[in-house]
Amino acid sequence: MNGTGEDGEVPGDARWAFGTGFEDPLHGVVAELPPGVDGAAVAGVCVALADDALVGAQRLAEWVTCAPELEIELALANVGLDLLGQARLLYARAGQVDGSGRGEDDFAYRRAAEEFRCLRLTELPRGDFAFTALRLLALSCARLALLDGLRGAADPVLAAVAERGVTEVTYHRLFAAEWVVRLGDGTAVSRGRLRRAVGEAEPWLAEVLDDEVGAEWGVAPGAVRAACAADWDRVARQSGVPLPVPAPAGGAGGRAGVHTPHLPGLLAELQGVARAHPGASW
Amino acid sequence: MNGTEGVDGGWPLFEVFVRGKRGLNHVHVGSLRAADARMALTHARDLYTRRNEGVSIWVVRSADVTASAPDERDPFFAPSGDKVYRHPTFYEIPDDVPHI
Repeated sequence: MNGTGEDGEVPGDARWAFGTGFEDPLHGVVAELPPGVDGAAVAGVCVALADDALVGAQRLAEWVTCAPELEIELALANVGLDLLGQARLLYARAGQVDGSGRGEDDFAYRRAAEEFRCLRLTELPRGDFAFTALRLLALSCARLALLDGLRGAADPVLAAVAERGVTEVTYHRLFAAEWVVRLGDGTAVSRGRLRRAVGEAEPWLAEVLDDEVGAEWGVAPGAVRAACAADWDRVARQSGVPLPVPAPAGGAGGRAGVHTPHLPGLLAELQGVARAHPGASW
Repeated sequence: MNGTEGVDGGWPLFEVFVRGKRGLNHVHVGSLRAADARMALTHARDLYTRRNEGVSIWVVRSADVTASAPDERDPFFAPSGDKVYRHPTFYEIPDDVPHI
């Protein structure tokens, strides 16, 4: 904010009835990496969280033009755009601190599937609306726990992005939880769809619960599992459909570059235009 | 059935009022469909406040709005058109009283 008028309004703001006062989440944040902080490690966290967001946003965008209601279509697109915004800031930060000088487009459009570090749950096909709501719930609960801890990260930019992301993801979790409750507490059809969605997601939940990507950056060990278990229990009790909290599974997953066969197809669509026209801008 | 309860068993219509950051009161911004008031609030948040417009939302079922009819316009509103003495233009308004 650059100075305020007599009545507390920003000068020049008066001609806009709505939609003013946008804030840059990185305003006033020092971009310099503090001494002793490992740039490559910061980049690793940033890329993992950005990949979750980018791939998740792409799956949500698949609902545009075919959501069950216009209002839901816009809601899902909004959530996707929130995530895309987080991804852009995180990719930009990763390129700054890993010494490569890569920009956000290099991370999004010019990496192969095995270079992505997203959780495998993000990659699974869009599925029906019940699966979308359930997946969004699972991922939002975990992401919220991560971002909450990362507000204390040693990198000021990562901490600022987390700070902004917390409010966004809190709403994503609310939106998803309300729908999971509605579906579970709804008709026989909606309950059946939700049960099926739970079954489809279950094999991939342990990886979400035991994600320690934020360890050493402010996220306490086991914080994600504890937060998710509490959230899922609350939702399950209201929806009437149990949400499993699987035991640790072990083995390499998305954070190690091991992905499902669904990721290459998603990336082919996401990266198609950028790869067909290298260096183009629009 | 008054045309606002949805077609083919669809969701009922709600009217949305948003209080802008700079506004003093809630202003009607549009309408949307939702299964209940709680869903209407989240839909309104996603449809009408995505460009940082609002700090507060009201929703109300369209069916619950009682409106004046167009053919009642003259008896309703014409009589006030020539009664200038109803306007507070004969008073001095102090400079430090805002929003009048």
